[in-house]
Amino acid sequence: MSASVEYASYGTLILRRFLRHRLGVVGAVITAAIYMVALFCEVLAPADPEAFNPRALYTPPQGINLFHTAADGTFEVKPYALGYTSSVDYNTGERRFETDPEQVIDLGFFVKGAPYKLWGLIPWDRHLFGPVDPDKKVFFFGADRLGRDVFSRTIHATRVSMTIGLIGVALSLILGIIIGGASGYFGGWIDVGIQRVIEFLQSLPSIPLWIGLAAAIPPTMPPIQTYFMITVILSILGWTGLARIVRGKFMALKNEEFVIAARLDGCKPTRIILRHMVPNFMSHIIAVVTLAIPGMIVAETSLSFLGIGLRQPVVSWGVLLQEAQNLRSIAAAPWLFVPGGAVVIAVLALNFLGDGMRDAGDPYAN
Amino acid sequence: MPTEPLLSIDGLSVSFGTDGTRVTALNEVGFDIPAGKTVCLVGESGCGKSVTARAMLRILDANAKIDAGRMLYRSGDGNMIDLAGSATKAPEMRRVRGNEITMIFQEPMTALSSYYTIGNQIVEAIRQHASISRRDARDRAIEALEAVGMPDAKARLDAYSFELSGGQRQRAMIAMALATNPRLLIADEPTTALDVTTQAVILELMRDLQARFGMSILFITHDLGVVAEMADEVVVMYLGEVVERGPVAEIFNAPQHPYTRALLMAAPHYQSQRNARLPVIPGTVPSLSQRPAGCVFVSRCTFAEKGRCDTTRPPLVTGATDSRCFFSGEELAVRPKAEAHIAEAALPKTMLPENGAVLRAHGVSKHFVKKSGMFSRSVKTTRAVSDVSIELNAGETLGLVGESGCGKSTLGHTLAGLLDPTDGRVHLGRNGNMDDITHLPEPERRKVWQDMRVVFQDPFASLNPRMTVFDIVAEPLRVGPGRITNSKALTARVEEVLGHVGLSPEQGERYPHAFSGGQRQRIGIARALAPNPRIIIADEPVSALDVSVQAQILNLFRDLQREFGLTYLFVSHDLNVVSNIADRVAVMYAGRIVEMASTSEIYNAPRHPYSAALLSAVLVPDYRVEKLPRQRLRGHPPNPADLPNGCAFAPRCPFATDLCRSTEPALESDGAGRLTACHRRAEITLTGLKDAG
Repeated sequence: MSASVEYASYGTLILRRFLRHRLGVVGAVITAAIYMVALFCEVLAPADPEAFNPRALYTPPQGINLFHTAADGTFEVKPYALGYTSSVDYNTGERRFETDPEQVIDLGFFVKGAPYKLWGLIPWDRHLFGPVDPDKKVFFFGADRLGRDVFSRTIHATRVSMTIGLIGVALSLILGIIIGGASGYFGGWIDVGIQRVIEFLQSLPSIPLWIGLAAAIPPTMPPIQTYFMITVILSILGWTGLARIVRGKFMALKNEEFVIAARLDGCKPTRIILRHMVPNFMSHIIAVVTLAIPGMIVAETSLSFLGIGLRQPVVSWGVLLQEAQNLRSIAAAPWLFVPGGAVVIAVLALNFLGDGMRDAGDPYAN
Repeated sequence: MPTEPLLSIDGLSVSFGTDGTRVTALNEVGFDIPAGKTVCLVGESGCGKSVTARAMLRILDANAKIDAGRMLYRSGDGNMIDLAGSATKAPEMRRVRGNEITMIFQEPMTALSSYYTIGNQIVEAIRQHASISRRDARDRAIEALEAVGMPDAKARLDAYSFELSGGQRQRAMIAMALATNPRLLIADEPTTALDVTTQAVILELMRDLQARFGMSILFITHDLGVVAEMADEVVVMYLGEVVERGPVAEIFNAPQHPYTRALLMAAPHYQSQRNARLPVIPGTVPSLSQRPAGCVFVSRCTFAEKGRCDTTRPPLVTGATDSRCFFSGEELAVRPKAEAHIAEAALPKTMLPENGAVLRAHGVSKHFVKKSGMFSRSVKTTRAVSDVSIELNAGETLGLVGESGCGKSTLGHTLAGLLDPTDGRVHLGRNGNMDDITHLPEPERRKVWQDMRVVFQDPFASLNPRMTVFDIVAEPLRVGPGRITNSKALTARVEEVLGHVGLSPEQGERYPHAFSGGQRQRIGIARALAPNPRIIIADEPVSALDVSVQAQILNLFRDLQREFGLTYLFVSHDLNVVSNIADRVAVMYAGRIVEMASTSEIYNAPRHPYSAALLSAVLVPDYRVEKLPRQRLRGHPPNPADLPNGCAFAPRCPFATDLCRSTEPALESDGAGRLTACHRRAEITLTGLKDAG
């Protein structure tokens, strides 16, 4: 043990400390799972998220059963769901759904279903899990007002919501490291100027600014461009916090003896920064970035929920939650809140992960 | 034992729980603290001194557990209390802690709250333990501050800790500890963070207070000079065990345990032969988790006997001193030594390759301008270094001494070209010329830095934790003007340099965190050595190290100088260290050099009153019954942003005249190479160490 510690690099020590942080590991596993969902959403979703189904409006969630006893008494173990028969109460106008034991929908792995293009490139029609008969429909999380599968839509929304956080933070990070690094390394009037700009940007109220900027996006713009515009809007304010952290780290490290020693060794500024300074605060920055992603996700969800962020046909968690804006859905179709649950899980997981990484960032501390 | 002890510790064992395993921190520690006496707890870092003190007050960390033992304390009302037995928060414990037993800490800045005034904190401490009115408590606080010699005690009562100097802060801490009339005062390295002159004053104060109030003192220190000055009884600890205990005279004059002996020999001091290798203790203190099976000291002991010392724990042999060793002192005297590390013969200094200056500073000043207020209206100038002219001759070691804030580090950095002087020139001798190296563009500077290297103070902060030792040492060879591009040649050179500082090529694969403080300092030295420099500027290179390791590093510096003809500028606040390694010494005060001469001249016969005061404050690890008369300095060093007129030392100088207070004395030569900046240098006679001893 001791011998391996002696040869372990700083990164290995951080990893070891992180693995001891139980909640952080849980967060890491969940975060990884969510990003896997985002990566393979076409395969994981049993149905086409856009396919609407006039006969299945507001279908409640269908459970998965395993033990099946047929009418003739034969018993078998297989995954299946039961269909609904719906009727309308003509007094109240309410639709009622009753499970129908006769309608057995067999479920299976890697079943043929709606054709799609994986990552917009590879044409395929297999889905990880779903009804064996491609003509039958099953709604694990129910259906919305157009009879679209909430489960499939939530899975597809994962890709948009999770990447908008990632890309938004990446943009912020690039801006933050360049601007904050310049501010911290050169100091003087450069520092003063940049700090005033940051203070100005941080003094702007964020929601009205986002609303203003988002409103400026023409509604005719293609969805993919809207997506990038929203990302840029989120980063405009996002970089300031990161820039300040990077600046602080630069200022603290600039006077460390090992950085002075690097200068005496004959290193030029680029080498001092890239080889001696950046590796020493990268772990800290990664933790900060991880903690910044949830903010981006929540911001995108808020904007889309308010109807000024992403718009149909793009599906993000915020867009899906728009469906749950009215009283009727609360009363009649509470399953429309499922995407909200996804937001909570993703934000909590990322926060746990970020906390764990921050604690592990200093392997010499106790 | 003549009187009943105030506190009797017996078989105290403490362990810490980390990551599911328990590590023994204290193993059967036992000693007595007699009433009205001072017991010094001495040992290197990580030996369990502070843990012992914290166990007595039951303020151990949450993961620590007292496994066994008793700490019988005779309380003021005559009851015997077992401090190890009563639960931590028992009312009994609270009555004792902070009232009958109080503690002062190493760093008064962090131990005092900066949120409340000194008075507030002392009054709070008094009222916790005595039900008296706020007004009475305040009067007692003033009394306590006056007792510790706080100037203008009444006014200082309403001062915040950051408004006081280091010495005053420590006085305030002591006043707080004394305010409840304790029967036992625990002092954990109370003077380690202080300058020597302040240390001397605080130690004398503690002795006076003990004589007046009759309390016992448990004094924790790593400094044997402090032990010789303060102790009645000494307890030597090593790796959580008491290895030797006894009266101070016996410990210093007839130590029994090999660790005590080695510690006494390794401590550099003026009486030890100058420029001679110090006898060292090989290796370093092992970590607590690697406690040897037999005697704790076995891995570093030169007398260790295989099959006995490494398997069986020696008993505590009672005698003049109690020692945990199989052998008595007489036996050790005749035993063959396993290694010849101890008392190695003095190496004569033979190699002086070329004479003449390699580095010359001429009238160097460094002022820092601090703008404050909106739009930089008011400007404050801190004169860190003023008009310093020195010369470093090839192959010599110039010691630069002075108290903290005197500008010695700034001068070191200015000479190294890390800072540009505000005024004056620095010349580097190379290829027969003296080249001006001030205000050079960075690429030219990099060439200078290949020739003149720096060794830093902090062995932890000066090595990049993300790079292997090999990469750290190779860095100057990879990027410098004289870079080695051939990777085989590079590897060969790095391994050669690692060998010079006593590290193996395999150790190059590791990261700095795998090394102890002393080994890290070796890595720092290897990095300095890599581009084959001629000059090394060492900024307090051993002050962060333990005594036994200090000796190893000093020996390394000396060996390297002999081998490569290096020239050292050795910056240090520790006069014992400087006396051991320097050929010449420059004494700095308030940014100026006040005296510069050969080491023996300054130490034996100082001519500047400040040098004399500094030497008088030096504590020698050598016990004598009659304490030396010490010259105490009044006040504290001036603020370099607000220097007095005339001689900066005049306000504290016992010999100052009106001339001193109005005119700055120049650094003048006596014609024989001795430089002194004092108007009265011809008239006054000062005592050095030789005369006193």
